[in-house]
Amino acid sequence: MNRREGEGGSRRNADAAQDREASAQSSSPVIAAFKVFQQELDTKHDKHERLVKISRDVTIESKRTIFLLHRVTSVPNAEDILNEAELKLDAVRQKIGQIAEELRGEDIFQFHRAFTGGIQEYVEAASFLHYIRHRSLISLEEINARLVFMKSEKEDSEGPADTLQPGGQVLTFQVSPSDYLLGVADLTGELMRMCISSVGNGDIDTPFQLSQFLRQIHDGFSYIGNTGPYEVSKKLHVLRQSLGKVEDACYALRVRGSEIPKHMLADVFSSRTTHMEPEEGVV
Amino acid sequence: MSVTEMFSHIQGFLSADQDIREDIRKVVQMLEQTAREILTVLQSVHQPSGFKEIPSKCARARELFCTVRTTIADLKTKFPMEQYYRFHEHWRFVLQRLVFLATFVVYLETEALVIREEVAKILGIEVVREKGFHLDVEDYLAGVLIMASELSRLAVNSVTSGDYTRPLRISNFINELDSGFRLLNLKNDPLRKRYDGLKYDVKKIEEVVYDLSIRGLTKEAETSGGDK
Repeated sequence: MNRREGEGGSRRNADAAQDREASAQSSSPVIAAFKVFQQELDTKHDKHERLVKISRDVTIESKRTIFLLHRVTSVPNAEDILNEAELKLDAVRQKIGQIAEELRGEDIFQFHRAFTGGIQEYVEAASFLHYIRHRSLISLEEINARLVFMKSEKEDSEGPADTLQPGGQVLTFQVSPSDYLLGVADLTGELMRMCISSVGNGDIDTPFQLSQFLRQIHDGFSYIGNTGPYEVSKKLHVLRQSLGKVEDACYALRVRGSEIPKHMLADVFSSRTTHMEPEEGVV
Repeated sequence: MSVTEMFSHIQGFLSADQDIREDIRKVVQMLEQTAREILTVLQSVHQPSGFKEIPSKCARARELFCTVRTTIADLKTKFPMEQYYRFHEHWRFVLQRLVFLATFVVYLETEALVIREEVAKILGIEVVREKGFHLDVEDYLAGVLIMASELSRLAVNSVTSGDYTRPLRISNFINELDSGFRLLNLKNDPLRKRYDGLKYDVKKIEEVVYDLSIRGLTKEAETSGGDK
């Protein structure tokens, strides 16, 4: 019974659809125009979806790299971890290469919303790694310089082709200044965590270095103020909180560092960090 | 590069960006002004006396579109062409209004849906992105939807002023538009929201046609139309 009804319903629907189709075909010009629009919109939406997907992958892998980098403070041979992080970031760059591939010949800003999250996360991870290695801020140019891709896979079948014209196969991805800024703003949250955990490990020097670096970044953001995009001013607030925590930690180290024996520092600060945990909203 | 240098470098980018936006905003304001003038001219077709004046009103609107073309030509010089979508938000609204006005003028003249190429020509812009300042397909569709609701209003007012045939023609036209939009797979975006309003316009016009037909007013119109 049920099934028969279902069949009837579907047949009726099919009939209606056919009718519509028939009437649609008779009145051609408008319908023909809309068929073109349909194709155009579908292509655009598909591209958008693909970009969102790649961007999510970029975000996830970048986050994992950041977690990996946080282990640096507690491990004797940091170099191994840094190399591993470098490998992971190479994989992320490959993904960004896919984004660049999708955007070839397109207006970047048309699809900017689809991949901005992933790019910001990548900037965060790359700048974090750079800071741990060189104790300085990676510049926008350095980031962009690493996002140059040689398009070789497609040319594999005809090997000599890409040796003939290597210039034509280069793809670049440009991180926009505002994405860079937002990524750096997120970096400060990671630096704050790194500061607290390095104190926990009895490292006295790192917190002071970090507080100086964070202050420089904070000054930079204050300099930009509200000329930047709207999101920057939102992140500035979180940045202030992070800076406050790091400065407090340095203060505590300076005041009590001489009194507390080094092996007990960990206890002092682990209790501090636990009561700080709930208020940090940074990811 | 020190942190301070880096930030002043970025600051340079940002203030250059802001200057461009400022320039664009000024030109867009002029566009909005002209768009309002055109709308005022066209609004008079809803007046009982306006129906006879449709051709002259359309001619007047077409004159004003010349101003639109020069203003848009000015807008094109304000930013690098490959960054169209970076500043798209600034002129998106006014461009949709202008599409609506252009489609409305052409509908009043010919009672047909104007194709995108024609609208682009009226506004003095391109259809394909690669060629420069272009008409985005979503903006075109949004403009067409604004026109649909204007037509449902026109149907009501044309009955009031004694023109009983016009609603029937509008009804056919809107139905065709509706089946056109049905072909599109819209995402959950502003365009979709606007499209959801189309069914109310369709309904309203159908009600007008119903009212006319149960009173036999459409037949009268047909015979009088046949006499001509």
